[in-house]
Amino acid sequence: MNRRDTLKSLILGSVATGFALHGCSPKASTSNELPVSNDAPLYGRTESEKLRDKKLFEATFFNEHELLTIAVLCDIILPKSTAFNAATDANTVAFIEFIAKDIEAHQIPLRGGLMWLDSFSNKLYNKEFIACSKEEQFYICDQIAYPEKTEPELIQGEAFFTRMRNLTLTGFYSSKMGMEELGYKGNTPNVWDGVPDHILKKHGFEYEKAWLAKCVDQSKRGDIAQWDENGNLIS
Amino acid sequence: MQIKESPETFDVIIVGSGAGGGMATKILSEAGLNIAVIEAGPFFDPANPETRTQLKWSYESPRRGASSTRDFGDFDAAYGGWNIEGEPYTKKNGTKFDWFRSRMLGGRTNHWGRISLRFGPLDFKRKSLDGLGDDWPISYDDVKPYYDKVDKLIGVFGSNENLPNDPDGFFLPAPKPRLHEMYYIKGAKKANVPVYPSRLSILTKAINNERGVCFYCSQCSRSCSVYADFSSGSCLIFPAQKSGGQIKLYTDSMVREVVTDDSGKATGVIFINKLDRKEYKLNAKVIVLAASACSTARILLNSKSKIHKDGLGNSSGLVGKYLHDSTGSDRVAFVPDLMNREIYNEDGVGGAHIYTPWWGNNKKLDFARGYHIEIWGGLGMPSYGFGFNTNELNKFIGEHVSGYGDALRDDIKKFYGAIIGMSGRGESIPVESNYCEIDPDVVDEWGIPVLRFHYKWGKHEKLQAKHMHNTFEDIIDGMGGHVLGDKPTEDQEYGLHAPGRIIHEVGTTRMGNNPKKSVTNAHQQLHDVDNVFIVDAGPFVSQADKNPTWTILALSWRTCDYIISELKKQNI
Repeated sequence: MNRRDTLKSLILGSVATGFALHGCSPKASTSNELPVSNDAPLYGRTESEKLRDKKLFEATFFNEHELLTIAVLCDIILPKSTAFNAATDANTVAFIEFIAKDIEAHQIPLRGGLMWLDSFSNKLYNKEFIACSKEEQFYICDQIAYPEKTEPELIQGEAFFTRMRNLTLTGFYSSKMGMEELGYKGNTPNVWDGVPDHILKKHGFEYEKAWLAKCVDQSKRGDIAQWDENGNLIS
Repeated sequence: MQIKESPETFDVIIVGSGAGGGMATKILSEAGLNIAVIEAGPFFDPANPETRTQLKWSYESPRRGASSTRDFGDFDAAYGGWNIEGEPYTKKNGTKFDWFRSRMLGGRTNHWGRISLRFGPLDFKRKSLDGLGDDWPISYDDVKPYYDKVDKLIGVFGSNENLPNDPDGFFLPAPKPRLHEMYYIKGAKKANVPVYPSRLSILTKAINNERGVCFYCSQCSRSCSVYADFSSGSCLIFPAQKSGGQIKLYTDSMVREVVTDDSGKATGVIFINKLDRKEYKLNAKVIVLAASACSTARILLNSKSKIHKDGLGNSSGLVGKYLHDSTGSDRVAFVPDLMNREIYNEDGVGGAHIYTPWWGNNKKLDFARGYHIEIWGGLGMPSYGFGFNTNELNKFIGEHVSGYGDALRDDIKKFYGAIIGMSGRGESIPVESNYCEIDPDVVDEWGIPVLRFHYKWGKHEKLQAKHMHNTFEDIIDGMGGHVLGDKPTEDQEYGLHAPGRIIHEVGTTRMGNNPKKSVTNAHQQLHDVDNVFIVDAGPFVSQADKNPTWTILALSWRTCDYIISELKKQNI
């Protein structure tokens, strides 16, 4: 991929994520022009919320260099391996671009933090962070990724890396890909009937009989509730 | 321009469509009365796929559910929040009060926690017990039949425990505890704190053929599309419409004032249609205010006339006074035994499957009144905020904090679901010096003078919050957990949330037998005007260590029975 295609894929991601943007601008003629969406996704928005989403999608916050740096950091934080996808595979950069526009408190710390990173990198290696070798990038990250060990003069870098790590983790694990990796099982209609026995046992618990007597018999969940005059359920 | 006046005279105008207004709509329309319901927000039906957020995935929101557009996150059903554009409120003398409003049919019932606790016998007679605040003019026995009817009409799961101040009822069966809740039970037992199945208005079992049964997505805050949880639209207003009630809904309509005639009797209301920004007047024989404790106080205070110079129903000067919210403070713990847990679908119902009602003996304590404990945690859907500082937890187990790469990935999985939270929600002491009033300088975008709040917590509330944290720590110790964060200090008011934050504000039009010391009588009827009733939480004399909704519903029903009977007798 060339630089523009890389950027496009970072910002737009793949359509399969559900964070689907429609109608990429057909004439993305200059490298400065990033494709924008026409429609906000459907997740129960009010009219004013739709309008706000649309404005946010149409705005651009990070420049190309910043986006590429974010992408490198995201994939250092959650790298690709034989077992796992990289953070950028789940469009984490697009999420960070959006959230910086949505929650303005992120803007200066992220933008300034990226600049801090390049300054630090220039000092050490006389080149910007993304131009560094993998080993050099890891060396830089090692100085700011472990709060208990950070040199006092690098504390600002630590704050930036922590923010990047937080946003990368949220961006990745709240994506479809990330939820699958985590093994999240919910958000699906079901008839919930307690903690599976073997899990309860593993933790040294069992449901007390007296407590279970107060609990729902799922085989009768469709039977219309009836009570005696003392409030005892009889159906 | 002239106010547009409808030629029709309704039997009853109901202002507000939340719990109190919804119940009034149902009961009064079923009695054959011709009703107008006026709601300041848009129409809302939880079943509408266009507005539905239930079962949406975090990644369907570009902000992954963050709270930048809705205070409780993108998927929460409330339209509105702590701040509504164009509808400000102010605060006096540097005091704090945060006012949550939902502008939509059904109001805040669309997003609330469904915690449906009856008040107990002691809760109506607090002054007699501790000398603080006032007794209600009614007792538990007056309300019990209505609580029973509300249980059966709307449905609430729980268990009959024969507790002295947490009455039994007609409960649906409870869901079994989740895994982190088993740890809470273990910790609470060691700390000698009782635990019972919680009491939530969610259908774990069918109660009729119209509403669906819970399918355990844990998302009641998104309002249930099959109507398996209580919301005022799905359980009260829509059924009332379906059974043929004469109900006219005026949505996006903001009531400014109640209109009275020369004799001082109410004749109707004036509202502003938010869509055309014009004023309208509707007339009725009876006005039922259910706009929420503070909004109703605002309407009354803005309804000034020759006879009601200080506002309608305000001859006592007490409209807006005795405003009080529940106390609240929270704590979070890390439970190492929950690390690396096997993942299963732990959604369950929306809210905790267990709770701790107040168990203390105030005679042995340095504060009045009590609190209940709500419990949260589990294997929830990752959304905005997931993973934030997760690996800080490593310091408890002697490993590297933070970092990146595969070790970070391992940490995320290790700690997923290993956090448990506790929230104390308690009773405050109502005092006259906590109040809302009309700000003389400010109007909202509808030209309506806005509320100004003045509120300070007292020593009882602060010491209660201190006690909450001691209790939380005991329970956390008992479950083998590590308390996260520092214990809040006296300077931090022991972690007490700002007033209003628990969204249980009540008391602004309190009931009583003495018209000089109360705004409404025991039937929630204005002392000053016999055809105006209040069926929100304004008439509450005291809040109890419970949540207000079930009592709002029961008292609204009781008041409606009284209205019907008074209309029959032609007394109003």
